[in-house]
Amino acid sequence: MLRYTVRRLLQLLGVVLVLSMLLFGWLRLLPGGPVSALLGERATEESRRQLTAQLGLDQPIFVQYGKFLGRALSGDFGSSTGVQPGDAALEVFLQRFPATLELSFFAIVLAVLFGIPLGYLAARRRGTWLDNLGVVGSLVGVAVPVFFLAFLLKYVFAVELGWLPASGRQTGGIDATRVTGFFVLDGLLTREWDAAWDALQHLVLPAMALATIPFAVVFRITRAAVLDVLDEDYVRTAESKGLTTPVIRRRHVLRNAMLPVVTTIGLQTGALLAGAVLTEKVFAFPGLGEALAIGFERRDYPVLQLLIIVAAMVYVLVNLVVDLSYAVIDPRVRVR
Amino acid sequence: MALLEVTDLTVVFQRRGEAPFTAVDGVSFAVEEGQTVGLVGESGCGKSVTSLAIMGLLPRRGVRVSGSVRFEGAELLTESPRQMRDRRGRDLGMVFQDPLSSLNPVVSIGIQVTEVLERHRGMSRSKAMRVAAELLDQVGIPDPRRRLDEYPHQLSGGMRQRALIAMALACQPRLLIADEPTTALDVTIQAQILALLSQLVRDTGTALIMITHDLGVVAGLCDEVNVLYAGRVVERAARHELFARPRHPYTHGLLSSIPRLDAPRGERLVPIRGAVTDNIPWTQGCAFAPRCPNVLEKCLDVTPEMEEDDGRLLRCHNPVRQEVPA
Ligand SMILES: Nc1ncnc2c1ncn2[C@@H]1O[C@H](COP(=O)(O)OP(=O)(O)O)[C@@H](O)[C@H]1O
Ligand SMILES: [Mg+2]
Repeated sequence: MLRYTVRRLLQLLGVVLVLSMLLFGWLRLLPGGPVSALLGERATEESRRQLTAQLGLDQPIFVQYGKFLGRALSGDFGSSTGVQPGDAALEVFLQRFPATLELSFFAIVLAVLFGIPLGYLAARRRGTWLDNLGVVGSLVGVAVPVFFLAFLLKYVFAVELGWLPASGRQTGGIDATRVTGFFVLDGLLTREWDAAWDALQHLVLPAMALATIPFAVVFRITRAAVLDVLDEDYVRTAESKGLTTPVIRRRHVLRNAMLPVVTTIGLQTGALLAGAVLTEKVFAFPGLGEALAIGFERRDYPVLQLLIIVAAMVYVLVNLVVDLSYAVIDPRVRVR
Repeated sequence: MALLEVTDLTVVFQRRGEAPFTAVDGVSFAVEEGQTVGLVGESGCGKSVTSLAIMGLLPRRGVRVSGSVRFEGAELLTESPRQMRDRRGRDLGMVFQDPLSSLNPVVSIGIQVTEVLERHRGMSRSKAMRVAAELLDQVGIPDPRRRLDEYPHQLSGGMRQRALIAMALACQPRLLIADEPTTALDVTIQAQILALLSQLVRDTGTALIMITHDLGVVAGLCDEVNVLYAGRVVERAARHELFARPRHPYTHGLLSSIPRLDAPRGERLVPIRGAVTDNIPWTQGCAFAPRCPNVLEKCLDVTPEMEEDDGRLLRCHNPVRQEVPA
């Protein structure tokens, strides 16, 4: 198990190296660049040349990459040119990471909290109106663009009804103490209940928008897995022993049905950043997704490089966690 | 009063958009306290459905069950799902065909044995674990304490079936139903499991319904044998009566198609003609008629009734007269 984990982490290192090379080249092949983004189209040749040299973009790409790699190893990923001009890219990341993590966490919790029980219920009531509603609903959930859904939620619940805030992470007037950067957690730790409550309210709409696709997928996989398991002989054995419904549900049905669901949750967590870009943009939520969106608009190479590499690392790590949790659930994997 | 009295049990599957299908058609039999009764017939004749009906394990939707199943005088077919849940594992135990798929792959053997003790005996986990170790020992599993922590994939086929028998007998039910318990096992293991079952029912006084498609399996085990064909009992007799003088042509066919140790060398096994899909509904004539060597004109028109004949029950217009060649 330990050797396996170490091997996977070494693989991760390789993935990051190759990815950073491809990414570095790809960004510089994109039309436009930081210079046009910063100076606009009407800048003089002279000022353009000056800025290009200042950013080091006049050197051959191999030299640029070598320098980038050298600095990166000592924790210097360059300075932001577009998202938060002048700030270190690492600083931009560290500032915004808690926001996205908090948002993603709530989104995944929502998706799992509703997806698994409803998926189980739909399977148990297969063919009833509840099941049909769930299946149709989850199809719609996957098909509706996140971006459209985010706008719709914002328009209805924030703009029209005014029930929830339309943007940001915290209302301006609130003077909250920062500990971890996770606003809800900070409020709880410092017993600033109003700040925690306010931060939570800011999370509801973006988390709902972000949770829609993972919820729909978790629902469908759970439903299908439970239907499969209900047909298994060992469930009939459990029934033949007269076990109570809760024991059969937890120990014999869900425990087996969870194997494919755990994989799904992992994949969805990994894919969350794509949804976060759009959601954070719509709700002006100051996280990594928003930074990515702005970074692309303004061709902020250092910020984009760091964020995309981290996203890839998160994806690989989540998959590792999924594989390891398999061993916890399924004894047949453990012995291997 | 018999321990279990099944009277006119009928199970009809009714799926939307399909014609109703009668899987069990007026089956009656009784099991006395401590008795071993065989239900024998080819695959698809309704043996499993009969046992699931007794256990209350048929799907809730798309099935019509009628007739009567009395256990110690109580009518099981009208009991609430909750009452049946209390009975299963406590009064009625069941062992299924495939031991690997019948065990939960991700739950340890220990938990799968103790959960039934916790449920019906109200034992604590630690007490139940001690009892479970004794149970595994009783069914002949060596080193039971270590086995409790193991998972089904770590056991051999025979050991798995022993563990399932231990689970079914954990709460000392009055009736055990074994549905083809040896079909999925190797021949040598089959014999061991049959010996174990026969020893356990003798020691504990548990009544046993032994379900099989193989008359050879019931030969050494059953007091009485019911032969089923297309959802109906066609012959019922005490074991030696049935083996010595099978009267129904179907029983005769089943007996001729199994290898016998006492048969003269070189005698060929005679399979029954046709397959069970040749069934005609029992509503018109005898369902076995299309495959029957003794068929008469009458058999195609008049459904034979169950009649007392020669110390047994028989459903046939033209039974076999001669003795089985010894
Ligand atoms: N859930 C079900 N729905 C529809 N038909 C069924 C169902 N279960 C069993 N049957 C049918 O009932 C008949 C008897 O099945 P079964 O009792 O399993 O036979 P066996 O004697 O081999 O155990 C078969 O023709 C089978 O197809
Ligand atoms: Mg069967």
